[in-house]
Order: sequence, then C-alpha cells, then structure tokens
Amino acid sequence: MQMKNLFGHIGRMGYQFMDASIDFFRDISGLYHLTRATLYCTFVEPLRGKPNKWGPVWVQMEEVGVKSTAIVFLVAFLMGVILAFQSAYQMSRLGALDYVGALVGVAVTRELGPLMTALVMAGRVGASFTAEMGTMKVSDEILALETMALNPVKFLITPRFIALLIMLPCLTVMADVMGILGGYLVGVTTLGIDPTPYIDHSLESMKVKDVVTGLVKSGVFAVIIVMVGSYLAFIIEGGAEKVGQNTRTAVVVSMILIIIADLLFTSLFYFLT
Amino acid sequence: MIQIKNLYKSFGEGEKKTVVLEDFNADFERGKITAIIGGSGSGKSTVLKHLIGAYKPDAGQIVIDGEDITAMNAEDLNRVRKKFGIMFQSGALFNSLTVEENVALPLREHTDLNESTIRIMVKMKLEMVGLRGAEHLKPAQLSGGMIKRIALARAIALDPKIVFYDEPSAGLDPISIGVIDKLIMDLSRKMWITSVVVTHEIPSALRISDKIIMLFKGRIIAQGSPDEINNSSDPRVIQFIKGNPDGPIPFSKSQRDYGEELKEMFIH
Repeated sequence: MQMKNLFGHIGRMGYQFMDASIDFFRDISGLYHLTRATLYCTFVEPLRGKPNKWGPVWVQMEEVGVKSTAIVFLVAFLMGVILAFQSAYQMSRLGALDYVGALVGVAVTRELGPLMTALVMAGRVGASFTAEMGTMKVSDEILALETMALNPVKFLITPRFIALLIMLPCLTVMADVMGILGGYLVGVTTLGIDPTPYIDHSLESMKVKDVVTGLVKSGVFAVIIVMVGSYLAFIIEGGAEKVGQNTRTAVVVSMILIIIADLLFTSLFYFLT
Repeated sequence: MIQIKNLYKSFGEGEKKTVVLEDFNADFERGKITAIIGGSGSGKSTVLKHLIGAYKPDAGQIVIDGEDITAMNAEDLNRVRKKFGIMFQSGALFNSLTVEENVALPLREHTDLNESTIRIMVKMKLEMVGLRGAEHLKPAQLSGGMIKRIALARAIALDPKIVFYDEPSAGLDPISIGVIDKLIMDLSRKMWITSVVVTHEIPSALRISDKIIMLFKGRIIAQGSPDEINNSSDPRVIQFIKGNPDGPIPFSKSQRDYGEELKEMFIH
C-alpha cells in the first residue's frame, strides 16, 4: 500500500511537471508568433502599401518616453552617486581615487545605464501595457477590433513597439548622462577629487563603443518589454483577477528576460572584442 | 443571406468535453430580423461567435453572402467582416476614445474619406440612434442604454448589409429596450439590413422578429414566426416563454444526482 502511494505520488508529480512544461512551451511559442506578427506588421506591411499611422505612435511616445524621464533621471543620477561612493572606498585604498570617474563612466555607459533604465521601464511601462490591453481583452474590445476587420497587433502593439524602440535608447542616453553627472558631482564636491583629472580619466577610458553596445542592448530590452507585456495581455481570459495576475507576471518575466538578455549580450561583446 | 449548415462545436477534450452545438442549421433571410433565443448556456452566443468568425466550428459550414467563412484565411475573413457590423452585449466601445472617435474608427480605417466627410457621417449615425450631441463624451460618462446605442451607431458606420446583436436589451430599462427594438426594426425595414438578434428578452424577441429560433442544450427545438412560437405546444418552449420555474428545462445546472452527491459527502 505504501509503495503504491509512493508511485502514485511520483506519477502525479510527473504529470504536473509535464503540464507545466507544456504550458511553458506553449507560452514560448505564443510569444514567438506574436513577436513575428508584430515585426511583420511594423516593418513589412508598410512596404506593401499599408503605412503605419503616426498619430498613435506620438501618443505612446509621450506616454512611455516623455512621462518616464523624471523617474529615469532620478534613478540614474542616484545610481551614479552611489557608484562613486562605493568605488571611492575601494579606490582610495589602492591610491587611485582619480580613477573613480573612469569606473563610474564605463560602468554606467556599458552596463548600468541600459539595465537600470530597462528595469525601471519594465515596471512602469510593461505593467501598464498588460493592464491596459488586458482590460481591453476582458471587455471584448479586442474582439470588437477583430470583427471590424482591424488587426489588433497592428492597431495596439505596433504603436507601442515603435514608441518604445525609439524611446528606450533615448532614455538610456539620458540615463548615461545623468549617471555620469551624479558621479562627477559627488566626486568633485564630497570625495575631494580634482575636476580636471576626473574628467581626463573618464574621457580616456570611455569609448564610443561602450555607449553603442549599451544602446544595442536597450533596443533588445525594448522588444522584450513590449512583447512580454502584450503577449500576457492578449492571452487573458476571464476577468479582473487575471488582469492583475498577468500584469504582475509581465513585470517579473520581462525583468528576468532582460537580465538574461543582458548576460548574453555582455558575454557576446566580451568574446567579440 | 446567411446559411448555417450542420454546425457542430464542442469545447474541452476527453472527459471534460462538452458539446455546445449539435447539428445547427439555420437560414437568415435578407432584410429580415431573426432572433435566436434560449436560456443561459444553450449555445446561442456560441452561434454568434461562429458567425463573426471568432470561433472555428468542428464541422459544418457558414455561408455569408455566398462565401463559406469557415474555410477562409485571415485576409478573406476581414473582407467579409467589412460587410457586417456587430453590437456587443457590453458595447465594447474603446474606453480611451471619445464617442465620435469610436464611431469614426471603422470609417477612418477602412475608407479614404476626408475628415469633414467622416464628421458628417458620424453625426448622421449618431442622429439615427438619437444621441447627436454626445460626440465629445467618453464611454465611461455614458449610461448603459446610451453605450448600446453608440455601439449600434458604430456597428452601422460602414453601412453594413448584416448587423449582429448580442443581447441588445440585456440590463436595460423598458424604455431603453423599446428604443433599441425600434432602432433594430427601422434598420431592417428601411435599410434592408439583415439582422440576427441573440437574446433572452422574450417580449422584445416576439415583438421585433420575423423568425425565431429557439435553442436548448445546443439543439434547435423550435423555429418559426413569433405567432408560431407563441402558440407552440412544446412544453420546453411554453416554459421558456412563460418563464415558469418548474418544467422540462431544469433549474439546477449540475449533472449529478443531488442525493447521490450528498450521500457520498456523508460517507467520506
């Protein structure tokens, strides 16, 4: 009897695992197909005589870009300040306090600027995408679009996709500037580093390539945020409860995917150069 | 105008499989109002979802204006969809847009009309539903009856040949129901629009329709003119029309025997 229970238990666990993996692969395939449809609607259809409308794109650019500047500026600035403090503590023991600027500059442009901006935006914008489009799904608005012969992907996702693809790199550049500024202000005023060596060391260690790789990454992060947010909105069936759940899942999943993508790209750039 | 032939649909797989529609056949004539009535869960909304192409049937054909929509690709389906309008139960207006933008949306997306023509057409459609002057309101500022009338204005924006109504009078006061009923009749009689009304509002169905189809558990149990339905001798039809709590249509939805279930709970 005991043995039978044990095998039953293992069997059930096996089935549960199988169900979970089937769900997982269904989501992966769904995400892939939605991304393909979005890329098609955004980049291929305009070439075939169905141009994108720019009105909704402007609205979304203001929504995701302009209105996010304050929080991105704040986070990036404070990040620069913290980074300067933390590195100064170690650098001063090596007698290389002047190199704080170089460290802050390289760390912000290569890594922390794009990453922190993407994470902030995953929380701010990804969540609002899922909540907004999920509510539309629940109240039949997406079905209404389809029956009006309007493609919901083109109508809802494309403007958001274009907007974030443009605005996230822009915000990343601003975050880079704010981070470096934060480090500079702390370095010069509190840590007692001379402005001239600070700037000199920063400029000689930062390369254009650092900024460019950061921007490439932020483009990828934009795709992740929009696609995960939209996918989790489009699969909602049911009511308000599911909208809440999927909004939370969208933020968590896009943050995880952003970190994984960051790792992949960083190692790629490391081995390429 | 629309023919449905041998439509079958079931949801779920294996043990959980439930048959929602079984051998559904219907003919919706041009310019006529056909009502599909039945209790909750009888499959009437499923018929509507098939007609608008949201569901694919397990078997059967749906011929709209001479074309079978069940075997169509997305592009052809969109072409057919421009021939019909639909008024959803909830209205399904876009909450981020004003009334005017909602009604203008199909015109802006599917026609090359200039902005002033579109505004004139929107005004005409709003006048038809008696809500001229509400252009700049958002859906959240409207009452339930007004939302349905705006939804109707949006459904007829492209002057469709067919309009589907999903529970047009659910949750409305008697006067609003009367207004919606009159609108449906006017559209059908004056503009020769084929109307398919899914409803469980019996008085309004009897009042407006040329033909009534009654569904019970996914099967058609009666069809005919309102008079024929009213004088039907089928006990299920009589019960539904009179609204009797007792009769052949059970009140309880559960599949299992009540006594058995209680006994089982007691033993465990």
